[in-house]
Amino acid sequence: MSGYQQWVAFCTIVIKEIRRFTRIWPQTLLPPAITMTLYFVIFGNLVGQRIGDMGGFDYMQYIVPGLIMMSVITNSYGNVVSSFFSTKFQHSIEEMLVSPMPNYVILTGFVVGGMARGMAVGLIVSLLSLFFTHLSMQHLWITVSVVVMTSALFSLGGFLNALFARNFDDISIIPNFVLTPLTYLGGVFYSLDLLPDFWRAVTLVNPIVYMVNAFRYGVLGVSDVNVYASLAAILAFVVVFFALSLWLLNRGTGIRS
Amino acid sequence: MSALTIRNLKKTYGNGVEALKGIELTVEKGDFFALLGPNGAGKSTTIGIISSLVNKSSGQVSILGHDLDTERALAKQKIGVVPQEFNFGQFEKVFDIVVTQAGFYGIPASLARQRAEKYLRQLGLWDKRSNQARTLSGGMKRRLMIARALVHEPDLLILDEPTAGVDIELRRSMWDFLIGLNEEGRTIILTTHYLEEAESLCRNIAIIDHGQIVENTDMKSLLETLQVETFILDLARPVTAPPSLSGFQVRLRDATTLEVEVPKTEHLNRLFTELAEQNFQVMSMRNKSNRLEELFVRLVEQNLPGQAQPAEATS
Repeated sequence: MSGYQQWVAFCTIVIKEIRRFTRIWPQTLLPPAITMTLYFVIFGNLVGQRIGDMGGFDYMQYIVPGLIMMSVITNSYGNVVSSFFSTKFQHSIEEMLVSPMPNYVILTGFVVGGMARGMAVGLIVSLLSLFFTHLSMQHLWITVSVVVMTSALFSLGGFLNALFARNFDDISIIPNFVLTPLTYLGGVFYSLDLLPDFWRAVTLVNPIVYMVNAFRYGVLGVSDVNVYASLAAILAFVVVFFALSLWLLNRGTGIRS
Repeated sequence: MSALTIRNLKKTYGNGVEALKGIELTVEKGDFFALLGPNGAGKSTTIGIISSLVNKSSGQVSILGHDLDTERALAKQKIGVVPQEFNFGQFEKVFDIVVTQAGFYGIPASLARQRAEKYLRQLGLWDKRSNQARTLSGGMKRRLMIARALVHEPDLLILDEPTAGVDIELRRSMWDFLIGLNEEGRTIILTTHYLEEAESLCRNIAIIDHGQIVENTDMKSLLETLQVETFILDLARPVTAPPSLSGFQVRLRDATTLEVEVPKTEHLNRLFTELAEQNFQVMSMRNKSNRLEELFVRLVEQNLPGQAQPAEATS
């Protein structure tokens, strides 16, 4: 396939993915908007007023970046894991496998589709947060870089999950039992400074801590961790996950007998 | 140049099942070719490997001169596949399914839309273009898969049981459509359980059983090898015993129906003369099964496990 043909094929997958999650918007775009609004009302307004300051900001301002990242992470992952597994389940993956499209185009198409949903939900949640607090932007490019790389990383994670999944239970295990605990313990609701030394050290093993803090640095200008080391680590993970996904796709793992 | 060349193709699945045991097959350009075999014989595995949905264990597959290992993209560009199972997004619209498939082949959207319209119209699905695929009938879903397989205008079209579950009228119209495609120059490979379909449409045939080609020749030569044909005769009056016919095997199925096996060396005239002499009046006559079906059953029965004798590729 020529470069132009590959570009057409890539755009086809991305458009198909965007069409899918916008067609079922009550399942994809509306729930995170409602959930995050409840977080803003309950944790930000009602509970937050009693908590007071966190990291030099009022509690609502402090948790908003973390909640935006939480939305980006869960929706990027959720989009690819459900979409790619559905194509496997309905065998419509065969439409792509019989075509001359290279595997990296298939992978990149699904990942960009997942990023599109993650960032669309991130934008919706950001706009909703403006009803509750003032959002400044201290470091625009860091904010954008973190969102783009994090959504790419979790889209790749969703792809790997879907590749190995054999039934619908397999696509809910990691989001429920790995992703959710890591996100809630990833410094969304509290500063790492509040933790005893031992638990702080344990928390630093959680990769989501670095994404949440790097994003918070972009928005508020404060972080519990080194922001540039975080960006480098996220990028490294993206490269490793992409290479692993492509290798598995080329082998036909989970898709070819 | 051949449309399809398969050399010593083997496939052993992870569970140890040896699905293909060294298949040799050549399909010439422009041919209408039948690949037949009982369930589990290896037809779908062969098609799966040709269409890159199944990894082969060893061997070589070449499509219009392009080796599937070394020129995979070029080889894939040349084939269209209509699988046995419905494999499209059930919630997608008919038009979108065809246009999206064209996109996977790098066809720009404007051309993809033109081709989608052309093939959906030809297959009688244009009125359903805005419907979700899940709302279509079984026959319409099969036609949708044909339209989708044609949108990149492949030279080789492979259809795995294209008329399964399709009513007779629609089956006939699909035959006409496929004949038209073949006359335009496309090579067609067909698997089917309707042997009448293979006999009517295909010029060459391969029969696969237990992962081996047990017959590979042209349809006419194959049918000429049939030594005995079985006919059903409907009688004018009920009888209590079958007639005594020398040189023919005869059986009374019921009071007004005879089943007669006629060797290729015998003439039907002698059969009717003897029946008339014994005062049996025949109202109508038909084949018990079509000729290809009789041959197919005999070939597959001969090839019971332990007796397999693979045939040389001849077509």
